[in-house]
Amino acid sequence: MPKTTITLTVNGQKYTNEVEPRLLLVHYLRDVLTLTGTHVGCETSLCGACTVVLNGQAVKSCTILAVQADGGEVLTVEGLEKDGKLHPLQDGFWEEHGLQCGYCTPGMIMASYQLLQRTPNPTDEQIRHGLEGNLCRCTGYQHIVKAVQHAAERMRS
Amino acid sequence: MSIFPKLVGARIKRREDPRLITGQATYTDDLQLPGMLYLSILRSIYAHAKINSIDVLKAKQLAGVVAVFTGEDLKGKTGSIPCGAEAPGMKLPHHPLLAEGAVRYVGEPVVAVVATSRYIARDALDLIEVDYDPLDPVVDPEQGAEAGSPIVHEGFADNIFFRIPMANPAIDQTLKEADVVVKLRIVQQRLCPMAMEPRAVVAQWDRGSKQLTMWTSTQIPHLVRSQLAEALHLPENRVRVIAPEVGGSFGAKLNFYREEVLAPYIAMQLGKPIKWTQTRREDLAATIHGRGQVNYVEASAKKDGTITAIKVKIFADIGAYPQLYTPLIPAFTALMSSGCYKVPVMDLEQIGVFTNKIATDAYRGAGRPEAAFIAERIVEEVATALHMDSTEVRRKNFIPKDGFPYFTPTGLAYDSGDYDAAFSKALQIADYDTLRKEQAALRKQGKYLGIGIASYVEICGLGPSVLFSPKFKSGGWESCTVRVDPSGNITVLTGISPHGQGQETSFAQMVVDELGVEIDNVMVLHGDTGIIQAGVGTFGSRGMALGGTSLLMALEKVKAKARTIASHMMEAPPENLDFGDGKVYLKSDPSKFILFQQVVDAAYNFKAGVPNIEPGLDATSFYEPANCLFPFGTHIAVVEVDAETGAIQFRRYIAVDDCGNIVNPMLLEGQIHGGIAQGLAQALYEEVVYDENGQLLSGSLMDYAVPKAAMMPWLELDNTVTPTPVNPLGVKGVGEAGTIGSTSAIFNAVLDALAPLGIKHIDMPLRPEKVWRAIQDAKGGQG
Repeated sequence: MPKTTITLTVNGQKYTNEVEPRLLLVHYLRDVLTLTGTHVGCETSLCGACTVVLNGQAVKSCTILAVQADGGEVLTVEGLEKDGKLHPLQDGFWEEHGLQCGYCTPGMIMASYQLLQRTPNPTDEQIRHGLEGNLCRCTGYQHIVKAVQHAAERMRS
Repeated sequence: MSIFPKLVGARIKRREDPRLITGQATYTDDLQLPGMLYLSILRSIYAHAKINSIDVLKAKQLAGVVAVFTGEDLKGKTGSIPCGAEAPGMKLPHHPLLAEGAVRYVGEPVVAVVATSRYIARDALDLIEVDYDPLDPVVDPEQGAEAGSPIVHEGFADNIFFRIPMANPAIDQTLKEADVVVKLRIVQQRLCPMAMEPRAVVAQWDRGSKQLTMWTSTQIPHLVRSQLAEALHLPENRVRVIAPEVGGSFGAKLNFYREEVLAPYIAMQLGKPIKWTQTRREDLAATIHGRGQVNYVEASAKKDGTITAIKVKIFADIGAYPQLYTPLIPAFTALMSSGCYKVPVMDLEQIGVFTNKIATDAYRGAGRPEAAFIAERIVEEVATALHMDSTEVRRKNFIPKDGFPYFTPTGLAYDSGDYDAAFSKALQIADYDTLRKEQAALRKQGKYLGIGIASYVEICGLGPSVLFSPKFKSGGWESCTVRVDPSGNITVLTGISPHGQGQETSFAQMVVDELGVEIDNVMVLHGDTGIIQAGVGTFGSRGMALGGTSLLMALEKVKAKARTIASHMMEAPPENLDFGDGKVYLKSDPSKFILFQQVVDAAYNFKAGVPNIEPGLDATSFYEPANCLFPFGTHIAVVEVDAETGAIQFRRYIAVDDCGNIVNPMLLEGQIHGGIAQGLAQALYEEVVYDENGQLLSGSLMDYAVPKAAMMPWLELDNTVTPTPVNPLGVKGVGEAGTIGSTSAIFNAVLDALAPLGIKHIDMPLRPEKVWRAIQDAKGGQG
């Protein structure tokens, strides 16, 4: 399959690469750009470990081709920290023990990022439903809900 | 007693998290090595079939494919995959890396392809043609045990892996004399551990120095090293196994898999690093399953509720090829099936049956959720038969708090416990009596509230070395080195291998309390056999109890030497010295001290003239536990069942657990939450489904119902503290406790809700459709 050239801005930095049209965005991020914070947990678009923000929208990068993101802006978990300061979501997950093995965490944080953009003052139920695209096997979700609430409160003030 | 505030017992946030929340951690698939090639595996599409031929020519010709291997190519080249446990009389089949002549489960590896990219390695699989003659599969373990069943392993006369009777001659008479006898058939469905990180392996052979390195997502790097060295006929000291960050495990990665030999073998053959990463479909089919039992239970009781005997027959659905721990799981069930109760007569039988599926093996609880379920259903059924409240039956039979160590008829010695205290606390938090009144009132309105109780005890902290077979290649001890470097930093090298349990934090808390150093000066390393002196690993809820005790022992040795040095420098008796706030100080007058750093300087610069010591300041300890550990507790689930739809809603979920002393309460809560989620999932959502042809129907996350956030109730946790006398920390272990209590509590709640409809039993998972059907059947079809 002949390759094609794409240009993406990822975490504020521009990248130009030749890729196969069938290359998944998640593999582009992980294998080509070596941004391995975004994870693969399934191949049926169900687990959410691969969630990133593309052109302002949380997407499952395992179900987007890199060529579909051509010309776009991607935000991954690696891009949340600013000048050595953690994003309130990262702080919230840390303070509230919202992670154990850490594998679902980048996707969970990026999904929460969009959730809080759309719903800055969510109820617990809104958080649980808002994160239905992200599976966690370690925490039982309770500390994740607290983590997102922690971040929401900080971001509101 | 130290005058400085203690970190042990504090809810401090984790030192693991900074790398995890910023995406800087390295999991196995993150690794890229120069020249690395990618391994993909063609797997069987039949549960049972003869392989007539395999045509790999087109695959070999695909650009980018470097090599292709079949079972014929590998025959005799490596050792086979071992079973690391023994059951008397067990018949072990040959367990090859790639199928030899036949396939025996959907997902069994048949052909290995190596290519220059992930995508080409995957493309090549579609070009391989395997000519199969399908054979009749064994899908049901009870049918597999019957005469005339298809035979999973053609060389064997039948499908019996082992048959272990633990007969008690008093059983028949005791059942006969009873006032009531209850009978149950319980199905413990197969479950997928479904860690978020699929299994992955990267293997590299250094042909210059003849050393093999394998990165693998595992719970047991040292044990994997021992097995791998044997399988590849390499000296163990030339094999290094590294567990990088591991994305969850729950027992699935307490194992030794075909791919963990295949990848390194191929790396040695080709002289290139090899990466294999599992797809989720491969994971659900070809990573071990949990549970997988059918239990036939009889129990007898007197009319006052005293349970007089338990008889359990366990059919264990083994799978086709036993894996590392497979026989031990039903053994745990048998041993623990009397639960919290003083039952004098137990008659047990375990029958392991080969089936055409992936093996069953350890999954969070590993035999003990099944045991607790047996005990707690017996209590409920006895209560129903005697028209007693099940709380009365529990209280009647609880081992009393002065009854420890308690010796079960199965030969276990429960260490310590106060079952009634946790039980009473849970009832009080639930406001049990009010709930029963409300339940009665709601029933009159045709509404079904259910209150489910589970009082569990479990066996963990594995364990005394005598319990482990030599084939496991280890005892059950744990090892720790504490190393103080010349600049006064502390490195802990622990043989446990955490993957979310948080010991980089909880161990650091212990070091701070013992040595008085700053927590930022403490680093905890694990998971790399090239760095860690020795180890067994993280499983069986042993991390803090055994890993922590070995740490405490090593710290005591370091402190003893530090005291010797300080005693010389301060001219004070060593027993008068203690550690805190960066100092070594006189207990009777803390204003007299030297800095800990001065002790370290003396140890390394070695100019203080301390007699009769060697330079340096580090120590290694190995802790051999004298017994297992027995955490316990009571969970109460309160649910509402919609009789029109079968849907189940949670009103409350209460867990009162006793894991002994607690090092970090926040980590403990996390373990219990996660454990409850998986136990709840077994009760309500998850099941592995094979059809009558042995085809895996639950082969993706679209069909295997792992709970999402909105499917979990809010969990109310409380605890009692009954330290164990078995280890100096008094810690019992918590990793699996939540799972063991929850499945039973939730099942009991739903059955309690449906009791007025005459429903006696429903097999798990209690999906709305099954609940609805049970209601219809009970109504005589008048839906």
